[in-house]
Amino acid sequence: MISARLVSFLIALFAVLLLVSPGFADDTEFALVIKDHRFQPAELLVPAGKKIKLKVQNQDSTPEEFESHDLNREKVIPGNSTATIYIGPLKEGRYPFVGEFNEKTAQGVIVAK
Amino acid sequence: MFGTIIIVFREVLEAAILIGIVAAATRGIPGRNRWLVGGVVLGLLGSALVAFSTESIATLASGMGQELFNATVLGIAVVMLAWHNIWMTTHGAQLAASAKSVGSEIRDGTQECSILLVVIGLAVLREGSETVLFLYGIATSDANSASTMLMAGAIGLAAGAAVGYLLYAGLLRVPLRWFFTATSVLVLLLAAGMASQAARFLIQADIIPSLAAPLWDTSGLLPAQSIPGMLLHGLIGYEDRPSGMQMIFYVVVLAAIALGMKWASATHNAKRKGVS
Repeated sequence: MISARLVSFLIALFAVLLLVSPGFADDTEFALVIKDHRFQPAELLVPAGKKIKLKVQNQDSTPEEFESHDLNREKVIPGNSTATIYIGPLKEGRYPFVGEFNEKTAQGVIVAK
Repeated sequence: MFGTIIIVFREVLEAAILIGIVAAATRGIPGRNRWLVGGVVLGLLGSALVAFSTESIATLASGMGQELFNATVLGIAVVMLAWHNIWMTTHGAQLAASAKSVGSEIRDGTQECSILLVVIGLAVLREGSETVLFLYGIATSDANSASTMLMAGAIGLAAGAAVGYLLYAGLLRVPLRWFFTATSVLVLLLAAGMASQAARFLIQADIIPSLAAPLWDTSGLLPAQSIPGMLLHGLIGYEDRPSGMQMIFYVVVLAAIALGMKWASATHNAKRKGVS
């Protein structure tokens, strides 16, 4: 049956894609701090073309949601805790992000160079 | 206040769209409403539970618990929707055609309704827990704003629910001849969109690669945060900057469910021919 063959092909393709995924351990790590519903630093410079391990420490007692449409990421960070978010590899450019729960003050941008 | 309305609306919208489509797709199944309400109630209870265990979920899987949790919830919903659609290809027309159902159909209907309960419960749970956290954050940071928060939350909820209801009412007006095609295409796209979201969480957790990211950028043309963008996201999983891996998930799930439906209707027709 053609359809059965197609399904198995798609599954195989999928499996191969999962296997060939490069699991590089040497991720470049960067840190952000949330305090009083603001990001510090508000502008973070990162290398372009590299996968970035972003550590976001929320020093407020309330939860915050790190959200960026430009980076295609969203993650809730509970109060007084640190979250890890993988981003990139990024092309050169500016990638704004916000704390969705306090969007007025919690704003920042990642600059990839 | 306005910001709060928008955030609650955005969270409610996705669940409301799903409920609207699934409710329309299961019309004619006996006792459906009870299961539907049950799904919403269980989802709400679950979202409060999830919201208050955010910290413990977050620390699971070396800090990637939240991503894995979301991807799992989405994955289960995709499987349920797939099963629903494949089941409906053979039973849907019968159910709508006869208001009175014979014994076996009721039994099948119960099975189908438990799927409905799980799908709706999971959708409410996922969107609800974020809303709870958000409102909790406002409530604790500013005591005076509690009533404003409740007000804004209620408006956002009502607006989101209204969209879901309009979608449901609109679907019921589709002539019966096209009704099952229309609802199954919508459920198919819904499932594919959820698969793509699940992929995004797995990418964020660095479990799978993003491949080409972004695959395209239509944020200038149709931003995902705009109202049409949000609606399309809820309906078909639209994103303005998706990654290649998300697209693969989308297409694979779409193709797999479509083939499953084709196979089910082919075997069903063959069986019917054999009987007569």
